[in-house]
Amino acid sequence: MSTESTEIESLVNRRYEHGFVTDIETDSLPPGLDEGVIRAISARKKEPEFLLEWRLKAYRHWLTMREPNWAHVNYTPIDYQSISYFSAPKSDADRPKSLDEVDPKLLETYEKLGIPLHERARLAGVAVDAVFDSVSVATTFKDKLHEAGVIFCPFSEAVVNHPELIKKYLGSVVPTRDNFFAALNSAVFSDGSFVYIPKGVRCPMELSTYFRINAANTGQFERTLIIADEGSYVSYLEGCTAPMRDENQLHAAVVELVALKDAEIKYSTVQNWYPGDENGVGGIYNFVTKRGDCRGENSKISWTQVETGSAITWKYPSCILRGDNSVGEFYSVAVANNMQQADTGTKMIHIGKNTSSTIVSKGISAGRAQNAYRGLVKIMPQATGARNHTQCDSLLIGKECGAHTFPYMEVRNPTAKVEHEATTSKISENQLFYCRQRGISEEDAVNMIVNGFCKEVFKELPMEFAVEAQALLNVSLEGAVG
Amino acid sequence: MLKIKNLHAGIGDTKILNGLDLEVNPGEVHAIMGPNGSGKSTLAQVIAGHASYVVSDGSVEFMGKDLLALEPEERAREGVFLGFQYPVEIPGVNNAYLLKAAVNAKRKHQGLEEIDAFEFLKMAREKMAILDMDPSFLKRGVNEGFSGGEKKRNEILQMAMLEPRLAILDETDSGLDIDALKAVSKGINALRDPERAIVLVTHYQRLLDYVEPDFVHVLSAGKIVRSGDKSLALKLEEKGYEWVREAATA
Repeated sequence: MSTESTEIESLVNRRYEHGFVTDIETDSLPPGLDEGVIRAISARKKEPEFLLEWRLKAYRHWLTMREPNWAHVNYTPIDYQSISYFSAPKSDADRPKSLDEVDPKLLETYEKLGIPLHERARLAGVAVDAVFDSVSVATTFKDKLHEAGVIFCPFSEAVVNHPELIKKYLGSVVPTRDNFFAALNSAVFSDGSFVYIPKGVRCPMELSTYFRINAANTGQFERTLIIADEGSYVSYLEGCTAPMRDENQLHAAVVELVALKDAEIKYSTVQNWYPGDENGVGGIYNFVTKRGDCRGENSKISWTQVETGSAITWKYPSCILRGDNSVGEFYSVAVANNMQQADTGTKMIHIGKNTSSTIVSKGISAGRAQNAYRGLVKIMPQATGARNHTQCDSLLIGKECGAHTFPYMEVRNPTAKVEHEATTSKISENQLFYCRQRGISEEDAVNMIVNGFCKEVFKELPMEFAVEAQALLNVSLEGAVG
Repeated sequence: MLKIKNLHAGIGDTKILNGLDLEVNPGEVHAIMGPNGSGKSTLAQVIAGHASYVVSDGSVEFMGKDLLALEPEERAREGVFLGFQYPVEIPGVNNAYLLKAAVNAKRKHQGLEEIDAFEFLKMAREKMAILDMDPSFLKRGVNEGFSGGEKKRNEILQMAMLEPRLAILDETDSGLDIDALKAVSKGINALRDPERAIVLVTHYQRLLDYVEPDFVHVLSAGKIVRSGDKSLALKLEEKGYEWVREAATA
């Protein structure tokens, strides 16, 4: 009992520690976007002047931009004036009081994914003390990181405590003018994660947004910045395999990674936002800009993603290989079922000498879904000895879905070696019959074949995440056949 | 064990089996021979439950159950095994994974505990030794890049692991060189058992030199036109299928 009350206490203290958290619970801004709104956001977050100016600059530029329409996706235009850019998290009174009040279908999915009971409550947004377990875990976690000198905190906290790092690195990988959604994010971003790994430090554990207390309501415009100083290493896990409910339809996040000399960043994502119903109604639009800058020699950035959710996914985690001998990797599984649309891929920009990149993309389409791979490999004139290997495989389940591949290559140095392999296959009746004749149910057979197809990507995920990702894939493709 | 009565079946509007009768008892080895298009493979597929084949009349009873009412996986778990003429490739899924899933699906159906990876490997290695198979087989993708002979050996390995009550081997001997044929035959003979029935579907007599059948049936135009002991196979080899056709129409 006493330990429990200490935990309650620490939770209460934590909430008050970061003043703005309690502030925002009581108010939100009406829909609409103008400079006043941006000033209001910045003021509520008690941001320094430079950040407000930065936001305003982004906003002014955004006004001159047009929403891109080149992606292989269709949706009704978004009315940016109908969105509230600063909304308070749901108050406890609006939340379900217990798991009994949660949609049984959602609980069933948690069950299938093997999510522990105490986590189910948190994920379903239950306003109870069921989260204490993870809070206590998070506390020990924070101590350990502090010891190593690692900074891992909400973005808004970093703005207050480490303004020099924010000033130096924010927007240095994804400039405010980069693209329509990045500009919008820069103007109105709500919160996100900040990570700094000091020189020569190997981060003692995998960092996960899951352990960040405020993660629950970072909102629709998330901003993440990770800096790995010289010779450091960090593995960062984003997202969660459990389906996340959110009232905000548009999500436009920006993630910036900076790897200095000899540093390595491994960034793994499992994305499972609500994809909408079978007809695609109510699903999340996920328009994300993710980019890593291998700024120093021998640096390495590796993106691994498993994308199963969202109605529309528009996402190209990229690497700028600036430092000599730097390495960029992109491993992706993108699943689109029912009416989901995914346009995803990567960009590898080779600038430094002897830079190398690997792209392994696995697209799975089922139902009436459309899945596109879009990738750019660019070798700049000074990138002598650059190498790229791209492997791009598509798997179709059923007759009404589609897979599309748009590989772009721009090679401006004659010493470059660029390879591209692509395959498209179908789960055939004969494969399924073969498995069933061995006593394996149709559903298990589909899962087996799909997991075999994705194996190369799953093996890049941290062990625990890989197991979850496999279970997630099975649930996502449930009923895809037959 | 297996009772087929007046079986009529085909694909779409094309009728292939026209009133086939066959009875197989435990411990027996039957060989079904016949020219191309006589319905040998169709019979094998219908027993296994392939959805493309439609049964229009007749019945198939297995261990007292109406086999035609069961899904393919249920038939398999009840102990019906089909060795495929053309085993399919499943890239990325390793052989061991498929085999273990298959063995455990059956054990679960029988109310037995699932076997763990350790037991499974031990069992697989024993069976592979009989078939002269390299243990690296287990790590390869299911039939992925296998030679014709390797694919057929793999079918026999699966059969050995699943220990079916009824094994139907559809042209398991086709495309095998003599060494592979011997290894496959050794595998089949190792599984001969008073409790188990084996049905060999084949074009040629040569497999029967190694696996001696108790009964030989000749299929023509979707019907068994002649049955006998192993001497029938030799006579066929000598006289050709024309002889049976003539006998059937006479």
